[in-house]
Amino acid sequence: MSTEGEQRNIRCLVAKVGLDGHDRGAHVIARAFRDAGFEVIYSGLHKAPDEVVQAAVQEDVDVVGISILSGAHNTLVPKIIAGLKEYDAFDDTLILVGGIIPDDDREELLELGVGAVFGPGASMQETIDFVRENAPER
Amino acid sequence: MTGDETLIDELLAGKHRALARVITKIENRAPGYRDLVSELYTHTGGADVVGITGSPGAGKSTLVDKMAATYRERGETVGVIAIDPSSPFSGGAVLGDRIRMASNIGDMEVFFRSMSARGTLGGLSTATADAVKAFDAFGKDKILIETVGAGQNEVDIVRTADTVAVLVPPGSGDDVQMLKAGILEIGDVFVVNKADMPGSDRTVAELREMIHMRDASPAAGHHGADAAAGFETPDDEDDENDENVWEPPVVETVAKSGEGVDGFLDTLDDHAAWLVETGELETRVKQRYAAEIRTLLREDTAALVAEEIDRRGGLDAYVDAVAAKETDPYTVADEVIEPLETCVRRTRSSNGNGDQ
Repeated sequence: MSTEGEQRNIRCLVAKVGLDGHDRGAHVIARAFRDAGFEVIYSGLHKAPDEVVQAAVQEDVDVVGISILSGAHNTLVPKIIAGLKEYDAFDDTLILVGGIIPDDDREELLELGVGAVFGPGASMQETIDFVRENAPER
Repeated sequence: MTGDETLIDELLAGKHRALARVITKIENRAPGYRDLVSELYTHTGGADVVGITGSPGAGKSTLVDKMAATYRERGETVGVIAIDPSSPFSGGAVLGDRIRMASNIGDMEVFFRSMSARGTLGGLSTATADAVKAFDAFGKDKILIETVGAGQNEVDIVRTADTVAVLVPPGSGDDVQMLKAGILEIGDVFVVNKADMPGSDRTVAELREMIHMRDASPAAGHHGADAAAGFETPDDEDDENDENVWEPPVVETVAKSGEGVDGFLDTLDDHAAWLVETGELETRVKQRYAAEIRTLLREDTAALVAEEIDRRGGLDAYVDAVAAKETDPYTVADEVIEPLETCVRRTRSSNGNGDQ
C-alpha cells in the first residue's frame, strides 16, 4: 500500500551549554521555531556538552541550535561536535550557533562543521529560512 | 530498503542512533516504516511498560526522572516516551519534558524521547505503540510513557501500557472531581505526588474512597485479597474475575526529593506480577493488538477513501453540492464507497477470502 501519508516535521534542539544563564534568546528562538511549525526540544539551562549530545542523539533532531553568550564557544562547540561524531550523528545534523561570537571565531566554527552562526541582529525569518533550506535530507 | 535492514540490525545490536532513527521513521510515517515495525515484532515482549498520566503540573516529568534513576540503581535500562501537545495551527511544538530529566545526565542507558501529538486521529497512539516496540526490541527493561491525561487521545495512549499510574496533586478537590470523568477508570495505581504539601492526607483519603466506590468491594488489602469475592455490586459489569480483582493502591511520593519512589516502583512490580499471575496480561495484550489492528484498518481505509475522493475532484465539489441542497452527506458517502464495496465483494467471491 502506498497510502501512508508521510508527516515530516523538522525537529530542533535548542540548547544552552555551559555556565551561561542568558536564556532570553534561546526562548525567543524556541517560540519562533515552534510558530514556524518545527518541533522544538529545549534543553534547559547550564547543560554540559555531553547532555546536549545525548539529547540530540536520542531525539534524533535535524537541527542543533546552540546558544552561547559566555564566550566559551571555542571550548564547548568542538566538544559537542566530537560527541555527535562519536554517535554517528554529525553527518546529517545541521548545527547552528547563536549568541555573541566574535568575527574572528566565526570562521573557525564554520570550519569545524557549524552550518551557520547567527549573532545579534540576525532576523528571525532569516534563521527560520536557513533551517528550512538546510535541514538535512534523510 | 537495504538501508532499513541495516537500521534494524544496528538497533538490535544496541546502537542508539539507529533506535532514534527508527522512532523518527515511525513518527514521520516515513516510507517503509511499516516494514520496520513488522520486523521489530518478533523481537519484542521483554519489557514492562508503564504509563504515567495526570493533570499538568502534577509532577509527571519529575517523577519519571526519579523513576528512571531508581531503575538504573537497580540495574535496569529505561526508555522514556514523553508526549506533549502540538499547536493545531502551526503544527509546531515546544517539547519541554526533557528539562526535568536532571537525574540521568549523561546516562545513555536512559533513552528519553519527546513526541508531539501531530494531530492525526488515532495516529499518536499508533506511533506510541510502535515506539514502545522499538524500545522493547532494543532491549530496554522498563518503558515509561508520560502524557497529560485529558481526553480520549491520551487515554488511548496510556492504554498501550501494561500498568497505568495516575498522578494526583494534593489538596485539589476539583482535580479529584475531574478524575471521575474517565481517568479514574484507567488507573492501576494512584500516586499522590507532592505528598509533603498540606492537604495530601485528605486527597489520599478521598482517592481511596472513590476507588472503593469504583470497585465496590469494601474488603481491605492491597492485592484485592481472595476473601474479597462476593462483595461486588451489580453496577460494575467489567469485573470479569471476581477472585482476582486488583484494587488500585494509592501511594504517596515526593518526586522532587525522591521520597516514596522506591515504594511506588515496588507497587508497579506488584501489579506487573499480578498481571502475569491472573492472566490479565494476556487479555490486555490481546485487547491491545485488537485495538492496533482496528486503528490501522481505519487509517488505511480512510486513506483509500481520501484517494478516491481526490480522484473524483476533491471534497469541495461535494460540499458545495450539499450546501446547494442538491444532495446530502449520506448520498455522497454512499456514492464514494460504492465502487470500493463492489470491488471488495467481487474479490471475495472470486478467491474465497481475499484481503490486502
